[in-house]
Amino acid sequence: MSRRENDFELPLFELRARSETADGSTRSEVRWLLTGRGRLQIMSVLFAALFLVIGGRLVHVMLLRQAAEPAVATGQAEPRASERADLVDRNGILLATNLASASLHADAQAIDDPVGAARALVRVLPDLDEDAVRRKLASNKRFVWIKRNLTPRELHGVNVLGIPGLGFEHRQRRVYPLGSLAAHVTGYVDVDNNGIAGIEKSRDDLLTQGRDETLRLTLDARLQHALRDELLAAMERFRAKGAGGVVLDALSGEVLALSSLPDFDPNRAGEASQLALFNQVTLGVYELGSVFKIFNTAMGLDSGVVKLRDRYDATRPIRVARFTIRDDHPKRRWLSVPEIFKYSSNIGSAKLALDVGTAGQRDFMDRLGMLRAAPIELPEVGTPLSPEPWREINTMTVAFGHGLAVSPLQVASGVAAIINGGVLHPPTLIRRDGPRPEGTRVVSARTSEIMRRLMRLVVRDGTGKQASIPGYLIGGKTGTAEKVGGRGYNRRALLSSFVAVFPMTAPRYVVFVLLDEPRGNDATHGFASAGWTAAPTAGRIIARMAPIVGIPVLDEEDRQIRRAMHIGPKDGGTRLASY
Amino acid sequence: MLTLARTDTSIVGRWWWTVDRWMLLAIGLLITLGAVLTLAASPAVAERLDLWSYHFVTRQFVFLGPAIALMLAISMVDTVTVRRIATCGLLASLPLLALTVVIGPEINGAHRWLQVAGFSLQPSEFVKPFFIVVTAWMLSAEKGNQPIPGNAIAGALALLVSGLLLAQPDIGMALVVVAVWSAQVFMAGLPFIWVGALIAIAAVAGVLLYNHVPHFTSRIDRFLDPAAGDTYQIETALEAFANGGLMGRGPGEGIGKRVLPDAHTDFIFAVAGEEFGLVVCIAVVCLFAFVTLRGYRRLMGEDSLFIMLAAGGLLTQFGLQAAINMGVNLRLLPTKGMTLPFISYGGSSLLGLAIGMGMVIALTRRRPRREIRG
Repeated sequence: MSRRENDFELPLFELRARSETADGSTRSEVRWLLTGRGRLQIMSVLFAALFLVIGGRLVHVMLLRQAAEPAVATGQAEPRASERADLVDRNGILLATNLASASLHADAQAIDDPVGAARALVRVLPDLDEDAVRRKLASNKRFVWIKRNLTPRELHGVNVLGIPGLGFEHRQRRVYPLGSLAAHVTGYVDVDNNGIAGIEKSRDDLLTQGRDETLRLTLDARLQHALRDELLAAMERFRAKGAGGVVLDALSGEVLALSSLPDFDPNRAGEASQLALFNQVTLGVYELGSVFKIFNTAMGLDSGVVKLRDRYDATRPIRVARFTIRDDHPKRRWLSVPEIFKYSSNIGSAKLALDVGTAGQRDFMDRLGMLRAAPIELPEVGTPLSPEPWREINTMTVAFGHGLAVSPLQVASGVAAIINGGVLHPPTLIRRDGPRPEGTRVVSARTSEIMRRLMRLVVRDGTGKQASIPGYLIGGKTGTAEKVGGRGYNRRALLSSFVAVFPMTAPRYVVFVLLDEPRGNDATHGFASAGWTAAPTAGRIIARMAPIVGIPVLDEEDRQIRRAMHIGPKDGGTRLASY
Repeated sequence: MLTLARTDTSIVGRWWWTVDRWMLLAIGLLITLGAVLTLAASPAVAERLDLWSYHFVTRQFVFLGPAIALMLAISMVDTVTVRRIATCGLLASLPLLALTVVIGPEINGAHRWLQVAGFSLQPSEFVKPFFIVVTAWMLSAEKGNQPIPGNAIAGALALLVSGLLLAQPDIGMALVVVAVWSAQVFMAGLPFIWVGALIAIAAVAGVLLYNHVPHFTSRIDRFLDPAAGDTYQIETALEAFANGGLMGRGPGEGIGKRVLPDAHTDFIFAVAGEEFGLVVCIAVVCLFAFVTLRGYRRLMGEDSLFIMLAAGGLLTQFGLQAAINMGVNLRLLPTKGMTLPFISYGGSSLLGLAIGMGMVIALTRRRPRREIRG
């Protein structure tokens, strides 16, 4: 038996040889064992092949395939869709966009050491108050905000601290790269990115539709800058409480620039004062005074009741009931219609309006859009205050811009209609492709033509001289109104405004300037009226605008231009022919 | 390390000098790797299931000690005791396997588990090693001219076990059982003509399964045409491997485990690939190959048909499960729930494997030549 035992220690071939000589039963078992060895060898080869295939597949999947196929989405790699669409100006300059930002919050229950954690956090975020942070971290609340909108450097710093229990919320932050430049137009958003003012509010649905389509405004950032810069300078020069301005494309109603000062930085709208958030150009309604004589004169001429050569008695003030209507620069004589406009006669204007009548005036003001809120795409729109009931005395005061309070934007829009050939285009801030909408005719082309000449006259010879910039052929009209204060009007608190149009041969741009309580200085000999304050400001704005929009400089003494701007004897008498 | 004299005749002393220490080392390394990978993969799954992060880790580690002890204990017994343990074990575990079909709760459409004292027990994991050893005994008894209808009993057992597994249903496990049984029959000298016939039968069975079991159909369809259905899990696994590259993203840096539903069990190999890289994956493959092939090599010098068939079957189960699991992870095979031996999470699987490999170590110990054969 022991001999058989040893057989199994022998190599296979020797075992095979011996098995031939062994007895029956032994040979049977040995044969099975030999077969089993062979089968084990086959299975070894199969398994070896199987594991080799697996190894090869590993190399293929982990090294070779890697370059050929995209890596797994890691969560952060995909660009996140914008939460709000961008706002751009008419030339594509970015007015509002989004930046990825992280806000730091904490699970106070997971903070082991609030004192140490607060100390470490304040080292990285020095603007935090350590005591406040420690109180938050020790509050045991599951969720407390620590700081919103961390910079990438701060984010890295907090991550490096590695404090468990702190977390980030990755969101997008609305950013206005040009700061306060167009603050009253773009508006701003709250901490949850909901639009709560300006275009951000009025177009909130459109901006958050997720289509990520940029919204193009009609603003031109260059003109916006020129307007705001000059208004700021004027505010400082005349120590005014506020200033507002708007630049319109007279042919389309597009708002090219709109500024209300003081303004604010929409990136930090929460810190702005109520005054800064108030949009004087669209939300404020004012009795703007003599600029209304543009409408009054156009109304008279267009109605056919008044001819340019008609004259009105302005020798003495008008007394109606307890009111007295007098002129600021009394001529104490009969004045022609162009003279009434040029010298800004209240008496003449009132009498002219009476000739047209109350119903006619009301109808005309309505057609010009003076009795309804301006149809602008901003939520901050003021509703005009019109006389109710509209009596004869109201007809007389509205003639020179009192008793009817409208927003500066309405005036600019109305003036654009008067001088562009007589068609009113609703003012707009949203740039649209395709043909411009028709607009509604408010005065005849002939009336528009005469009004251009009259407005040119004001800048050339009348109260608007200081708005003149040689070569740009500016026309305009001053308006100095006393603010309503206490009982009646306050003689010292003025609203000085000037509406300018250029170039008068083919009017394209309307510039409206409003100064709130300007004060005279040495250069103005103490005068704060529009001709000394608002008019030169409008001139400066145009001087900066014209090269940007590409208006060629004209020779104002050119025969053709003189003829185009002429108010001759057949129109208004000898006195004017000599200018 | 243990210092035992050659002349030490205690159980441990004798064991130390007769055991295959290289295989012991390889299995030890696999268990260690399994512990590390469970730490890497299972917290992500536990957190996704709203469990404590280390829920699976602690449970697995609780089983680890008893499993190692059980394996070492079994590895010290002799051949006859192995046979007895297997016979008793099979008699005990088969009824449990039958019970799962009757009272087992339905989890993912199958009844594979029994709830025992807070733990889920998967009887099929225990049936496997016992069944393999008993099959080996029956086949070798027939070849050894003993008066037992060994082949018939082995065949009947195979039908019973695979039938119960199909009733659960656990097709993957049934396939493994049938495959291992076939390998044993093959080692026992099945004529090649029969081998061909069996392969033909398997092919027919495969076609029948494909045509009549919808679950099976969809698995195969998705494997053959990835665009046909939801292959999210396997695609994620492949991306995880690709992310890993040569050296891996580093421990804990894996991303795939956050979304792979079975990151701690069936797809733990993908997590290993992502976090530890190709080098560690190849090492794992080498360890499995080493254990399987070294075991086979040692059996070739074996003088007992029973030992050859029993240990051969157990090693085949071990190697096959590993190969299938890794093959599924690498999209070489259709998705099939199969644990990676000693590495995947799962108490029953771990204990079953400990018993099986304990028996392999016991059976492959160098023995003094046998004295008498009946």
